[in-house]
Amino acid sequence: MNFLEIIFYFFSAILVLSALGVITSRNPVHAALLLVLAFFTAAGLWLLLGAEFLAITLVLVYVGAVMVLFLFVVMMLDINLDRLREGYWKWFPFGGLLAVVMAAEVVMVLINKNFSIDQMPAPPPHASDYSNTKELGMLLYTEYVYAFELAAVILLVAMVAAIALTLRTRSKVKFLDPSKQVIVKKKDRVRLVSMPSEKKE
Amino acid sequence: MEYAEQLFGQFFGAEWGLMLFSLTKNLALIFAIVIPLLLGVAYLTFAERKIIASMQIRVGPNRVTFFGIPWLGGWGQPIADAVKAMMKEIIVPNGANKVLFILGPILTIAPALAAWAVVPFSPEMVLADINAGLLYILAMTSMGVYGVIIAGWASNSKYAFLGTMRTAAQVVSYELAMGFALVCVLMMSQSLNLGDIVRGQEGGSLLNWYWIPLFPMFVVYFISGVAETNRAPFDVAEGESEIVAGFHVEYSGMAFTVFFLAEYSNMILVATLSSLLFLGGWLPPLDMAPFTLIPGFIWLLLKVAFLLFCFLWFRATFPRYRYDQIMRLGWKVFIPITIVWIVILGGVMQLPSSLLNMFPLNLWFH
Repeated sequence: MNFLEIIFYFFSAILVLSALGVITSRNPVHAALLLVLAFFTAAGLWLLLGAEFLAITLVLVYVGAVMVLFLFVVMMLDINLDRLREGYWKWFPFGGLLAVVMAAEVVMVLINKNFSIDQMPAPPPHASDYSNTKELGMLLYTEYVYAFELAAVILLVAMVAAIALTLRTRSKVKFLDPSKQVIVKKKDRVRLVSMPSEKKE
Repeated sequence: MEYAEQLFGQFFGAEWGLMLFSLTKNLALIFAIVIPLLLGVAYLTFAERKIIASMQIRVGPNRVTFFGIPWLGGWGQPIADAVKAMMKEIIVPNGANKVLFILGPILTIAPALAAWAVVPFSPEMVLADINAGLLYILAMTSMGVYGVIIAGWASNSKYAFLGTMRTAAQVVSYELAMGFALVCVLMMSQSLNLGDIVRGQEGGSLLNWYWIPLFPMFVVYFISGVAETNRAPFDVAEGESEIVAGFHVEYSGMAFTVFFLAEYSNMILVATLSSLLFLGGWLPPLDMAPFTLIPGFIWLLLKVAFLLFCFLWFRATFPRYRYDQIMRLGWKVFIPITIVWIVILGGVMQLPSSLLNMFPLNLWFH
């Protein structure tokens, strides 16, 4: 066992344990934080594969933005655990069936000859000036440019739709328009009055 | 160095010796970065108190000295503060989530220090010379918000939670503007490696640095950096006149100090990055005899010191932004500016070089 393998098993152990923690922990905030840990260790595993851009983007996007908003929402929820567990046994057969199907699919992929480890030789080591980011960028903006732009447009549409669905302009809200406040000049608000000084009695 | 490497090889065997040697070497280098950084943080607090004091025509700390030397009056203050903080009890409030309460400060300081791994201090002095250095820094600084969120939630206090919600929204918003500003830098330099970005700004004088072609981005980046570190005038996360002290109301002693260490090391990080990305890093302002004699590290230090002074200057000068104004500035002013600038920059870079060479003052596009 060499150094890289030790790192791999260390990260994998943390990943599996934290993923287990996500589904077993009772506190939703703990579950969200364990999911963050799972993402982070997964990024570490990707770094071991040499996929630096994907690894860092995973941290940047999922850990740095998506999970922050998740955590933000989860913290403000007041979750009643008793109500959550109400229909547990009623739905157990359905959930169990789903779990069995998923496990079967994973097993089918893993025991299939086409996915075995000798079908996937280790990638050749890259030159020291090899930039994972540059290669990915080249590929995304030349060969897959239509798919990439299409995905971007779909995301934009989803974003606009989400804002349009939730935006309500209420009439009675006490809203201050900052741009109006910024352009206010002194003469709009202040009136200087010159008064004769009063005589001393 | 080679002798130590051989020694490790003999002691632990060829393969393990090499691994353990690089591990030890990197640990030593990490200490060589972190210890001066923490000292810098300590004396930045002193500089802040002194500078703001003189701006407000006060004296500032001038009592604590070393060994009773009178002209060092005040210089012992940060050390005394650190000792005091370490002696104090860390009080865990009733109903707080103990594990997360302790984890909060740790998660704030860890990314703040980890980001320093890829920062080059001079052409040769860099711990990890990785290709995706800029991305790594963005990823690490985006993790810093977790500490604040966890701290505010685990404190089981309304004020702390309000501070947390403000910070989370603010940091996530300003990260976007920051990221877009950095996109402009990497378009100019064609590289994500911080060393290569600085080398891309070489060329004789300070006019070659990216702060001229990317001036709006420089301003956006620096202001977003102030907002990211929750410094005044964007310090609504603490907002002592509104929500006591924000996310760290319930913290005391060393746990409280760790938040401050993280804030100040983030300040130094933002100042260092701005000087690396826009102000030419270790390059001298003029490539001539008296300037090139001074080592590059000193130039970087001077630029960082100037930007840090700006941080303190802002704090002494500007009143605190209102929360909705912060959001407006981030989303409605900075992000549109950065997007427009990306488009303009891309257009200029695509112009034919015969057209670009017609402008005699064009130093940046070829």
